Amino acid sequence: MSIEVSWERDDYSRVPYRLYHDPQVYAEEMARIFRGPTWNYLCLEAEIANPGDFRTVWIGDTPVVVSRATAAAGSAIHAFVNRCSHRGAQIVRKTHGNAQEHVCIYHRWCYRTDGELIGIPFRRGLKGEGGMPRDFDMAGASPRRLKVANVSGMLFGTFSDQSEPIEDYLGEFGMGMVRRFFHKPITILGYSRQLIRGNWKLYAENLRDTYHASLLHEFFVTYGVDRATQKGGVKMDARHRHNMNHAYTATDTQEDAKAAYAGTAGVKLDRMRLRDTKLLQHTPEFADRMNLAGPTFFPNCIIIQINHSMGTRQIRPKGVDGVEIFQTLFGFADDTPEMTRHRLLSANLVGPAGFVSMEDGEAIEIIQKSTLNEPEAANIIEMGGRGPITDLDHRVTETPVRGFWSYWAELMGVEAPGGVR
Amino acid sequence: MKVPDVIRHAASDLMAEYGLLIDEDRLEDWVELFAEDCDYKVVTRENVEQGLPNILIWCDNKDMLRDRIASYRDVNEYNLHWDRHIIGLPRFCGEAAGVWTLEASYSLFQTDLEGASRLFSAGRYRIEFRMDGEAARIKTATVIADTGLIPTLLASPI
Repeated sequence: MSIEVSWERDDYSRVPYRLYHDPQVYAEEMARIFRGPTWNYLCLEAEIANPGDFRTVWIGDTPVVVSRATAAAGSAIHAFVNRCSHRGAQIVRKTHGNAQEHVCIYHRWCYRTDGELIGIPFRRGLKGEGGMPRDFDMAGASPRRLKVANVSGMLFGTFSDQSEPIEDYLGEFGMGMVRRFFHKPITILGYSRQLIRGNWKLYAENLRDTYHASLLHEFFVTYGVDRATQKGGVKMDARHRHNMNHAYTATDTQEDAKAAYAGTAGVKLDRMRLRDTKLLQHTPEFADRMNLAGPTFFPNCIIIQINHSMGTRQIRPKGVDGVEIFQTLFGFADDTPEMTRHRLLSANLVGPAGFVSMEDGEAIEIIQKSTLNEPEAANIIEMGGRGPITDLDHRVTETPVRGFWSYWAELMGVEAPGGVR
Repeated sequence: MKVPDVIRHAASDLMAEYGLLIDEDRLEDWVELFAEDCDYKVVTRENVEQGLPNILIWCDNKDMLRDRIASYRDVNEYNLHWDRHIIGLPRFCGEAAGVWTLEASYSLFQTDLEGASRLFSAGRYRIEFRMDGEAARIKTATVIADTGLIPTLLASPI
């Protein structure tokens, strides 16, 4: 099976709407991207701190168990497909927990915490009758395993033997950003989930579109949390598949912003004042002094810092017209109780009810809804320029969106002839 | 537990107003059900059961609650909808220093502007209130949503 795409332009500044709706495209994406030569974010090491700890996650549409093996099984971190080899039932049904072994409820096939199949009831039959054939290869029947990489406590997995080493895949910029966030022990503050009725790529694009941030998320502008007039920009890796929107605290003035946004319908800087401003209090806590940093890794992940709230998000495609955003909020193990409280109050900014994030759910759904009827019509992605894909030291751009499509096309085997990379 | 009729009636009126004021989009009036030193929080059962403190919404005083509503009115964009709360009978959990605690289940339906309804959230309230004259005023309202997988987004209060 393969798909065909006739790109109107070789710089991916036109993307046909079909690509957000076609079930065949979706099926190919699951195979060629999520189960292909990419590294997917699994979970954080801190979530499976003890031997036997596990979490169930989704990589594309594949259910996966991330597990720290018991001491007897070596205590290493493993990831394997959460599907019993026998009849295909889910082996682990909880979202998280601690186990000495995993047993499928249907016929009690038993798996070691590293995913190895170790037990089949009545394998030898009863009183010489029944049972599995003598030559059944139990060792060869274990669920498919992912290769796991641990970068400073952030766990990535890949299904493919063809994947680059994680250092090359994330690149210098990606590795650097993971180390920046996880430079000391973290503590998990909790989770949020959101189901958006739109294609997963609309969310992936949203994370690469810095143009929308200060326009759709008016709270950003109104309170100066993030404005296009701040010092900031977008960075990408050499292959333009990952990107990072970033900005620095207090590098513009209310007057700069007023002049820049004057005449923009729907954006009014002085529309309201917060009665309680503690939500916005921010003291730079990283050496780089960024107050907004969102390194986004192809295909399923972003680490997001907005002021003092920090989290990872795992993008979980749910069919062609659905995507779950699974967010893990964290702080540092040495946070004072006051700082923990402040991080939790700052969580008002992010997540499904976030002052500066709730809008994305609506923006994505209204695209999905209105593009279904004209599959060959295309959107326009030219903000920031056409042609080559490059880093920028401003954020009035959606160039990283073209970077996403360029790499997507490469993995899907549908690059535009002479297409930019 | 034994609860004086006057408290029971006040609590019943409070919860009826609580749901209907949101459903009627009278959010500024809804805020007035709260005391100045109030605390309003939306959390999910998934976090609560793991002992994790993450919040979806947290206003630790009435000004923050006013800010939430003002932002909803003038700043945020969201799915245009009507809310409909169905709130179950309250269970009284206790009283200390004039502050009563109750719990009640809720279901919240959202209906879009073309009339399609969906179950948006199911869960329970844990509410601490005290009497202010004849009426009950909310000291803390914690919404513990079973529905942790938020459909689309959460903008208007639960």
